[in-house]
Amino acid sequence: MEQLIALIKSSVVFGTVIMYGCIGETLTEKSGNLNLGVPGIMYLGGISSLIGVFFYERAVETPNAILCLLIALISGFGAAALGGLLYSFLTITLRANQNVTGLTLTIFGSGIANFFGGSLNKLAGGVGQISVSATSAAFRTQIPFLSEWGPIGRMLFSYGFMVYLAIAIAVIMHWYLMRTRGGLNLRAVGENPATADAMGINVTRKKYLATCIGAGISGLGGVYYVMDYIKGTWANDGSIEKLGWLAVALVIFTTWKSVNAIWGAYLFGVLYWMYFYIPNLTRSSQELFKCLPYIVTILVLIISSTRKKKEQQAPAHLGLSYFREDR
Amino acid sequence: MSTQSVHVEREPLVRMVKRDGISNQKAWLIRGISLGSALVVCALLIFMLTKLNPLKVYSSMFEGALGTPRRTWVTLRDTMMLLCISIGLAPAFKMRFWNIGAEGQVLIGGVATAACMIYLGGKVPTPVLFLVMVLASTLSGAVWGLVPAIFKAKWNTNETLFTLMMNYVAIQITSYCVALWENPFGSNSVGIIHPNTEWGWFPKIFGQQYLLNVIIVMGLTVAMYVYLKYTKHGYEISVVGESENTARYAGISVRKVILRTMAISSGICGLAGFIAVSGASHTISVNTADGRGFTAIIVAWLSKFNAVVMVLFSFLLVFLDKGAVEIASKYGLNEYASEIIEGIILFFILGSEFFINYRLIFRHAGKKDKKEVA
Amino acid sequence: MEKASAIQLRAITKTFGSVVANRDVNLDIRYGEILSLLGENGSGKTTLMNMIAGIYYPDSGQIFVNGEEVAIRSPKDALNLKIGMIHQHFKLVDVFTAAENVALGLDEKGKFDIRTVAQKVREICQKYGFDIDPDQKVYNMTVSQKQTLEIIKVLYRGADILILDEPTAVLTLVEAGKLFRVLRNMRADGKAIVIITHKLNEVLDISDRVSILRHGEYIGTVETRDATELSLTEMMVGKKVSLNIDRPRAEKIEKKLSVEHLTVTDRNGIKLLDDVNFEAFGGEILGIAGISGCGQKQLLEAIAGLQLADEGSSIMFFPEDGGEKQLLGKTPRQIREFGVALSFVPEDRLGMGLVGSMGMAENMMLKDYDRGHSFFTERKRPRQLAEQIKAELEVVTPGIQTPVRRLSGGNVQKVLVGREIAAHPTVLMTAYAVRGLDINTSYTIYHLLNEQKMKGVAVIFVGEDLDVLLELSDRILVLCGGKITGIVDGRSATKEQVGMMMTGQNPVLGGNA
Repeated sequence: MEQLIALIKSSVVFGTVIMYGCIGETLTEKSGNLNLGVPGIMYLGGISSLIGVFFYERAVETPNAILCLLIALISGFGAAALGGLLYSFLTITLRANQNVTGLTLTIFGSGIANFFGGSLNKLAGGVGQISVSATSAAFRTQIPFLSEWGPIGRMLFSYGFMVYLAIAIAVIMHWYLMRTRGGLNLRAVGENPATADAMGINVTRKKYLATCIGAGISGLGGVYYVMDYIKGTWANDGSIEKLGWLAVALVIFTTWKSVNAIWGAYLFGVLYWMYFYIPNLTRSSQELFKCLPYIVTILVLIISSTRKKKEQQAPAHLGLSYFREDR
Repeated sequence: MSTQSVHVEREPLVRMVKRDGISNQKAWLIRGISLGSALVVCALLIFMLTKLNPLKVYSSMFEGALGTPRRTWVTLRDTMMLLCISIGLAPAFKMRFWNIGAEGQVLIGGVATAACMIYLGGKVPTPVLFLVMVLASTLSGAVWGLVPAIFKAKWNTNETLFTLMMNYVAIQITSYCVALWENPFGSNSVGIIHPNTEWGWFPKIFGQQYLLNVIIVMGLTVAMYVYLKYTKHGYEISVVGESENTARYAGISVRKVILRTMAISSGICGLAGFIAVSGASHTISVNTADGRGFTAIIVAWLSKFNAVVMVLFSFLLVFLDKGAVEIASKYGLNEYASEIIEGIILFFILGSEFFINYRLIFRHAGKKDKKEVA
Repeated sequence: MEKASAIQLRAITKTFGSVVANRDVNLDIRYGEILSLLGENGSGKTTLMNMIAGIYYPDSGQIFVNGEEVAIRSPKDALNLKIGMIHQHFKLVDVFTAAENVALGLDEKGKFDIRTVAQKVREICQKYGFDIDPDQKVYNMTVSQKQTLEIIKVLYRGADILILDEPTAVLTLVEAGKLFRVLRNMRADGKAIVIITHKLNEVLDISDRVSILRHGEYIGTVETRDATELSLTEMMVGKKVSLNIDRPRAEKIEKKLSVEHLTVTDRNGIKLLDDVNFEAFGGEILGIAGISGCGQKQLLEAIAGLQLADEGSSIMFFPEDGGEKQLLGKTPRQIREFGVALSFVPEDRLGMGLVGSMGMAENMMLKDYDRGHSFFTERKRPRQLAEQIKAELEVVTPGIQTPVRRLSGGNVQKVLVGREIAAHPTVLMTAYAVRGLDINTSYTIYHLLNEQKMKGVAVIFVGEDLDVLLELSDRILVLCGGKITGIVDGRSATKEQVGMMMTGQNPVLGGNA
């Protein structure tokens, strides 16, 4: 029982990081942009929030928890959205190849993040270990009483607020995409931009907005990772990149429906951490367990392509740029 | 029907028109200009961060990459790695098949090589060992790439996403093998394989440790150039990449070409894994490919499959990488600066493609004398 | 009683580069009336209507809507004037439901609820007798349903003036009947309706008035009740223009190809070719006439091994040395290896016949690059051939290595035709070989085809210009809706006769195959 709770807890925390990445990318892909820069964007979000609160915490005696949260969220979201803007400019306005631009963004974001993450200490004049304890504590504040309410409390309520925020965003996004006029128009852009254009929808604007906001949301995954998962520190170990690719995989796994990310992300967490709770595994076979999320994703990809069920496919115009005079 | 002549009242301030074509010199001039601007931007960035004279910084980058023969050889070795993978990707991209799985194909090839070294090293004669290593790495890489290709050919499964996912399966398999072959126990790494006997290591040629890498990869480059340009297979790849309809008209079996080309593409990536393990690191880890599988995608794409440009491009990126590591250690910065510079340069070159494919027309530029921005 | 005027066009002119699509066209569209806009392919019907729908903007001329002069700059402007056009290529999102497609891009105020839209769609369906389920996905729809959905989309946006571009081209007979019922309902409701068409029987069946365009010019308008198929045909095709194309007689006429019971059915069960039977002879040009999209493409591609045919179809080839060979079911490569020299100039020159990014030289070997056992492609032969074609046909190109995409349309066609002829064909098929070409290049092509005919090649010439077909072909096969209306002798047939046959009538005015 203890073990099960521990597995669920670690899966939820792990899953939340990729859930943000996944929902943001879902929004982006719904507009027809395949942004393979998710890892880079999550890096940008993570490092910016860290830098933001790092200077804030150093500047004041007693950091205000609310302000800490705001600074972290806004700087993280903002930097990630800027990454999305760069991607949008290159792919939408300049019509650069989406795959190559996305991969470059990943290299760039990882460079920026690890450069500043590694040199923050030096740039700030050598303060030793980078740590934003006040902010991290604010991020990890749990719901009082409920979180101690037996196993259920520990399984469901013993997390920082961003776990619940992710679920909320996933639900809101689904509602937006499926139930609103704006969502309908956005999906049309990803499916068939020529038709959307003919119906008077501003394709370029829709794509820009979806990609930038999507990138911002993906960036929150980086914020959560830095502030909560590794408790307000920085490590140049490339784990954000790994999580970023898992987020891309999750988009496929959820068949481009953000509500599926809620359970999908946790399932990925369970699959990823399961090895820890299965007795008598050698360390080598533990590694094999970690590729389960990817294998499951590949299976989903294959099954959806052989079944040819249109609702489960990627948006029809995913990865292609749109030029009105191309007919 | 053409919509080129739009009534004046409707014409926006700037509009873009697809170019019919552009001369090669002009295209490369545009790329050159963008590369130059990228270097200027990087210089500004370096200056802002370090307050150092960017020219001095660039010269110490030069120092870092080519300052000593040893450094030159390491730069050369890494250039060859990147080039080898790019060469592998070229035919797939030319066919418009998005093989994003090079990272995994390299790793699998590397794992196969390491396995041969570990299990066969010292037990079979060296030529046999090498033959087995080459075969094992190429075949395993090819299999890794054929899986998505088969699904693409049969069910049109999205190859971009499929090959991307295959990377991570390969990474975990590599982790598995690393744990399996751990040496010494508990170190969580394989360590240098056969450090004393050097079984399965590339031999030195003329006393140069990495000369064989250069020979093999340059040989492959020439072969690939010839393959794409002068052979029937290469011709088929071009036609399939241009239009499947034309391929059908010419009687080319699109499926067969996809499968064969992907086998070759990923086979070469597997071979790159062999070079990385047997010819460079003499060990295997998840970092054996070190993101080059992704960088090579950019190299192959931006070089437009031109072999000479691929060589130069690979060299440029490795040069930047080595140089940045040097300035990082010299000025106490962080070596990830190289990824930032790399990113900026690639963004610029990516953006420049727009001016090669499209031209801008300004409204008041007159009807006949349409101003071109290039 | 004169009906209220909806749209008046006065002296509309539109050019594309040097091509005049419409010159000084006048037109009246009235409420409560169905107007047919009649004309051959390329007569400028669609261009004219696109100017009303806001796709193009006229170079000169005036448009009046409800008596007021207007400028229509975008489809949105058109919709604001309550004008809606249903294009031939549907603009629908496949994975959306009918209602979602209707709701696309609307800027209605208030809370968005797809069920309200669906309800309104149902009301429209009821009012006009459409048969559409608002919750059905577009990818599950038949072509006819998709078209209905397009009409609903326009009606939902409040259009009072509807333009339909060849609405029946993709419909079965039953579906077309259904569409006409709906159109009549809409007319009864007071809407102004224009249908662009070139099918005479439909014109006579549905419309109140007919306006005729020819070569971009307005010919006139007649009341349908005063019109006959013959009178309309005369107005549509005009007097025969003499082109002075040679038509030599070959000495040896030999049977090369025999097509029997050729039937091709598409995914939706529509017969694109329906029991087609004919023979093609060496030493003659067999012209194929027909409104575009009547099965010409499928016919040529079936012979070339690019199109699957239904059970019972047969395409037999008769070699020089006797015997016969079945071509159906073979791939182009198998046909080649079979020893059948089949040349094919497809309609889509750069998307099928040539590789746009390659130069002339590399394009020369597209169909026989795999000749010989060498692993390498040949270098010399294609280059020589390219130089030879460049010189003989006077292809204007910077060099034989310049990507053919950069050549002008006429030169692209010369490269393609040159290559196909250089392959020494026994059967030579061309689809719209002179489309978009200038006079000189066109005559070069006619000359080349005649040369081939005199060499004993069986030439199949799919064309759209009746004057050309009548002067070039030895025999003319007329297709309509995938069926053969008849085969006539090229020397004795009249333009009216072939024009009528293209619309499905077989007047049998003499001269039969």
